[in-house]
Amino acid sequence: MDGPHHETGTGDRARESARPTGPGPGASGGGGALGTLPDACRSTTTLRVNGVSHTLTVDNRRVLLDLLREDLDLVGAKKGCDHGQCGACTVLLDGRRVNSCLLPAVALDGCEVTTVEGLPALAPPEDREDGENGGDPLHPLQRAFLERDAFQCGYCTPGQLCSAVGAIAEAVAGHPSHVTDPAAPSGEPVPLTREEIRERLSGNLCRCAAYPHIVEAVEDVLP
Amino acid sequence: MKPFAYLRAGSVEEAVDAHAAHPGARYLGGGTNLIDLMKLEVERPPVLIDVSRLPLEGVRELPEGGLWAGATVRNSDLAAHPAVRDRYPALSEALLAGASGQLRNVATTGGNLLQRTRCPYFQDVTKPCNKREPGSGCGALEGVHRDHAVFGHSRHCVATHPSDMAVALAALDARVELYGTEGRRTVPVAEFHRLPGEHPERDTEIRPGELITGVVLPAATAGLPSAYRKARDRASYAFALASVAAVLEVADGVVRRAGIAFGGVAHRPWRARRAEEALVGAAPTEDAFEHAVDLELAAASPLRDNAFKVPLTRGLALDVLTRLAPRTASPA
Repeated sequence: MDGPHHETGTGDRARESARPTGPGPGASGGGGALGTLPDACRSTTTLRVNGVSHTLTVDNRRVLLDLLREDLDLVGAKKGCDHGQCGACTVLLDGRRVNSCLLPAVALDGCEVTTVEGLPALAPPEDREDGENGGDPLHPLQRAFLERDAFQCGYCTPGQLCSAVGAIAEAVAGHPSHVTDPAAPSGEPVPLTREEIRERLSGNLCRCAAYPHIVEAVEDVLP
Repeated sequence: MKPFAYLRAGSVEEAVDAHAAHPGARYLGGGTNLIDLMKLEVERPPVLIDVSRLPLEGVRELPEGGLWAGATVRNSDLAAHPAVRDRYPALSEALLAGASGQLRNVATTGGNLLQRTRCPYFQDVTKPCNKREPGSGCGALEGVHRDHAVFGHSRHCVATHPSDMAVALAALDARVELYGTEGRRTVPVAEFHRLPGEHPERDTEIRPGELITGVVLPAATAGLPSAYRKARDRASYAFALASVAAVLEVADGVVRRAGIAFGGVAHRPWRARRAEEALVGAAPTEDAFEHAVDLELAAASPLRDNAFKVPLTRGLALDVLTRLAPRTASPA
């Protein structure tokens, strides 16, 4: 999937490889084709995605979601609404959950991105689960989703997983939510009750309404 | 989306200079609203000036006792900040009542104030909208306007401002700090957003090219009981049908200070000055709250399909005020 304007590296050795001409992959409305675009409307950006550094020259309109899916072939993050309303595109940016459909890639130069494909590597090796039938290892939350049958069509699942991993980290860091008692002490971890999990995952819609099992799966992996 | 050039500003001055050099440019903070509007082609800036990495981060104590929150502080960080939670609880509650965890992690203080209305006519370039296209008419006036304004609207625009955060800031007497080619100034949040009048295309009092650098929370409302309550169509992740932020100071059985703002009902956070005036000097009783809130609501002029917002706002306001009153009335 590497286009002529894309270089991958496993460390900081990845070099800028700006080639302003020639169409790139994924010439959809999100701004893939660079051929006819004025120079000012494209930029070079370096992102570290799931531990691998990528330097790409992209149309400034390229949002992170399209870059992941079309330039890096990481198709776990899904395009649902493309307007920040459904959460299917959720990934972790510098460890925090975000809607990748609303982030121009050029504004993320130097950032670290974790997609659902990179979640297993976030878990400590002793917590990492073996994959189904000898497949790739799983993050404990992915295993819990399987065991709890926390999805039907699965389209929202990568976003649910990344969002829940981010939400758990936020609660551990003491971030309150709309349903946290305002009198709860600042800075202390917030216990994730079912009500808290539902509120904190409200930015992830599930068209199949698998919500009850999603909440149970998240409960299974709480620290 | 239309192609655009991208610049990353290295300083506030550089950002403002770049804006002056590029007519039609927009500042990019978190982009959660701007990028969405660019996808819809409601916004078509030729240049984006990225201000998200400017040194406008963090929350700082001010010498006179207030707090300064930087323009690039993410909504989630502002809501979780211990000083905000302890001293200005209404602000933390309002932020947490808005958007989703993902959006709050990206949206900035400055961008939250400058977000545009979610009026469906504004967001649809095939529909008339005086805010988007001055002179094209208001589709909502006689159209779908259940979510729209009941205070301060004009025949040119009946849109509401969607921010929760701004409602709390207005009640708390916060100020917006701005920097532009004419220098630095501050404006009360309650006067920052405009009523639509004949120029709904102007959401705020910001001058062309001016950049929000932060908000200032005053010492006067620090530590006072304050709260935010919001009514919406679903339990989470929806804009306000109506909301109320209030701060109340009671001493010797008498209201000394009241700051009340309504959200989701006007083109700006609706500061309920009539209610506040009626309350100051009165005992914080249920009767006094009803009298004061009803005085304010007498100024409401609902549209065909949103009269429900008036009793809804009344219920929210009375609930918030009575919740705050006993906490202030009982000695610490």
